Amino acid sequence: MIRQPRAKDTLVRIRDLTFHRGTRAIFEGVDIEIPRGAVTAIMGPSGSGKTTLLKLIGGQLTPDAGRIEVDGQDVHALSTRDLYRLRMRMGMLFQSGALLTDLSVFDNVAYPLREHTRLTPSMIRKLVLLKLEAVGLRGAHQLMPSELSGGMARRVALARAIALDPMMIMYDEPFTGQDPISMGVLVQLIRRLNDAARITSVIVSHDVAETSQIADLIYVISNGRVIESGPPQTLHDSGGEWTRQFMQGLADGPVPFHYPAPELALDLFRRLV
Amino acid sequence: MSKMRQIEILVGAFMAAGFVALFFLAMQVSNLGTVNTGGSYKVLARFDNIGGLKVKSPVTMAGVEVGRVVDIYYDRKDFRAVAVLGIYSQYDGIPDDTFAKILTAGLLGEQYVGLDPGGSDQVLGDGSEIPITQSALVLEEIIGQFIYGKAQEGAN
Amino acid sequence: MEWLATLGRRGLSLSARLGRASLLMLAMLRGLPALLRRPRLLLEQLLSVGVLTVLIVAVSGIFVGMVLGLQGHYILSRFGAEATLGVMVAASLVRELGPVVTALLYAGRAGSAMSAEIGLMKATEQLSGLEMMAVNPEHRVLTPRLIAGIISMPLLAAMFSVLGVYGGWFVGVGLLGVDEGTYWAQMQSQIDWNDDVLNGVIKSVVFGVVCTWIAIFQGYECVPTSEGVSRATTRTVVHSSLAVLGLDFVLTAMMFD
Repeated sequence: MIRQPRAKDTLVRIRDLTFHRGTRAIFEGVDIEIPRGAVTAIMGPSGSGKTTLLKLIGGQLTPDAGRIEVDGQDVHALSTRDLYRLRMRMGMLFQSGALLTDLSVFDNVAYPLREHTRLTPSMIRKLVLLKLEAVGLRGAHQLMPSELSGGMARRVALARAIALDPMMIMYDEPFTGQDPISMGVLVQLIRRLNDAARITSVIVSHDVAETSQIADLIYVISNGRVIESGPPQTLHDSGGEWTRQFMQGLADGPVPFHYPAPELALDLFRRLV
Repeated sequence: MSKMRQIEILVGAFMAAGFVALFFLAMQVSNLGTVNTGGSYKVLARFDNIGGLKVKSPVTMAGVEVGRVVDIYYDRKDFRAVAVLGIYSQYDGIPDDTFAKILTAGLLGEQYVGLDPGGSDQVLGDGSEIPITQSALVLEEIIGQFIYGKAQEGAN
Repeated sequence: MEWLATLGRRGLSLSARLGRASLLMLAMLRGLPALLRRPRLLLEQLLSVGVLTVLIVAVSGIFVGMVLGLQGHYILSRFGAEATLGVMVAASLVRELGPVVTALLYAGRAGSAMSAEIGLMKATEQLSGLEMMAVNPEHRVLTPRLIAGIISMPLLAAMFSVLGVYGGWFVGVGLLGVDEGTYWAQMQSQIDWNDDVLNGVIKSVVFGVVCTWIAIFQGYECVPTSEGVSRATTRTVVHSSLAVLGLDFVLTAMMFD
């Protein structure tokens, strides 16, 4: 199932991206290319700025240097109006689902349709029910977000993200905090949406096993840089020590098990002054 | 949609109650309900001393409010105070020899202008002047006169 | 030296906050045309900001009026001036207590709720979610709240004053035997529509802008964690109350010189 993307089929092109939060550098000279129609995963340990990367792609944050192109358009050179038009073609699945708590499941999925289209209520109803059917929650359309489990909320959010038939969907940590069943459901859904609708998928995650299952291409980032990239199997057998530690979940390696500290013996037998 | 309807009704009731309250403040609490909406004409009255008379103090005839003081100034030529009385238009036909005096409502009440009509056939018009006036009573002057009178009695 | 640096840092961060608050205000005002196309959003906010605050404002208004009637009668009767009780009650309410106490209650009831709501929407990524759905969250979420606050405040203050006047009437006329006619007549002759009532309304509009602005800003700026949201609600109440009391002094000095 691994497609070898050709260069001109790049949907998102990130060049020399630099981003600071306060004095801390989140990214320093990151280059990423996300091929059209494939599932690309961006992986890295917690706190490596993966969510920030999605916000940069979506134009919610502005980089300090470098450029991000989506479908040939420089995201941060667009006017507000054009940026909003571009966002209509991008879906984003937030970690918490980000459903509007005062609207029902149906109204949440209908929200982008009511906002951005002039469809009749009966058309909207049909579309919403179809989207909900795609995530298997047509029966739950009358529930409120507070009545949903975490996995269901994420599936509703997914239905909302695909409501406008976007060209790409960005998934922010889709597998975190899910039980094995809903994890399996999500893995399958992401793959199916990608293949059936030819939607480009970008997954940001640190769940190695699930992500490796569905990703065509993986970028591993750490300390603000891309460490390695390639298909899952290549990375798994990678010669890079760091990558191997991350992909195989080893407790010790280049990322030390111990937080930097003086020698244990010294610490234990130090005289308290 | 019935939930929407509920919201509409509640918000409608809220707005209505708010505007009723404002209307109540206007008509029942403040003087807007009593303000004369018709026009008025101006009459001057000169006083030696206006005491505590202020702009907007009422002007009454036989106890009925017929106008308000609209302006007060000091005339540098004859060293007297001039009160401009705005008399409501429906109270025209006030004789031109009417007597104006400054009175006090109650012991601590505020001061107002009382008009006592005379018997002339001529009436006051816009800009005309009331010739006969009586100034405000100043407490110190009354007490002074009283003591002076007592002293006179004692001397006799 | 250290305290000088601290002072400078505080000053800089304060001016930065003021700048961000002003920009936020501008952004919200730019959402006005969009709001006119969706009056429903305003309606929903009028419900949560206005209607749900009525009860506490009404109850407080009645009791404040009753206390004014009681205290006013006690003091005025020493001078034999019970006749002016109506004036005293109405003037205190319409000029000062109506706008000020309503604004304080509003900050505690509606303002804190508003901050918490916006803060939670931020913490649960709902605002980001709207943005990624190509919907401007400032226009969609914040502008209706601002306008609802500005509309609600003077109406609430007017209700407070009216109920207070009746509270004073109940105590003064009903319990302490002030003459009913005098109570109303003195009030009507002494309270001026422009000088007293209208100035009170202007005050409460100003308080409406300030309190709602603070509530929205604190909610929108909060650190998106449960601790951050709770800090934001506390700040909303504290800052709004201080702003109302300070502004009241300035406005009173300007209006009733």
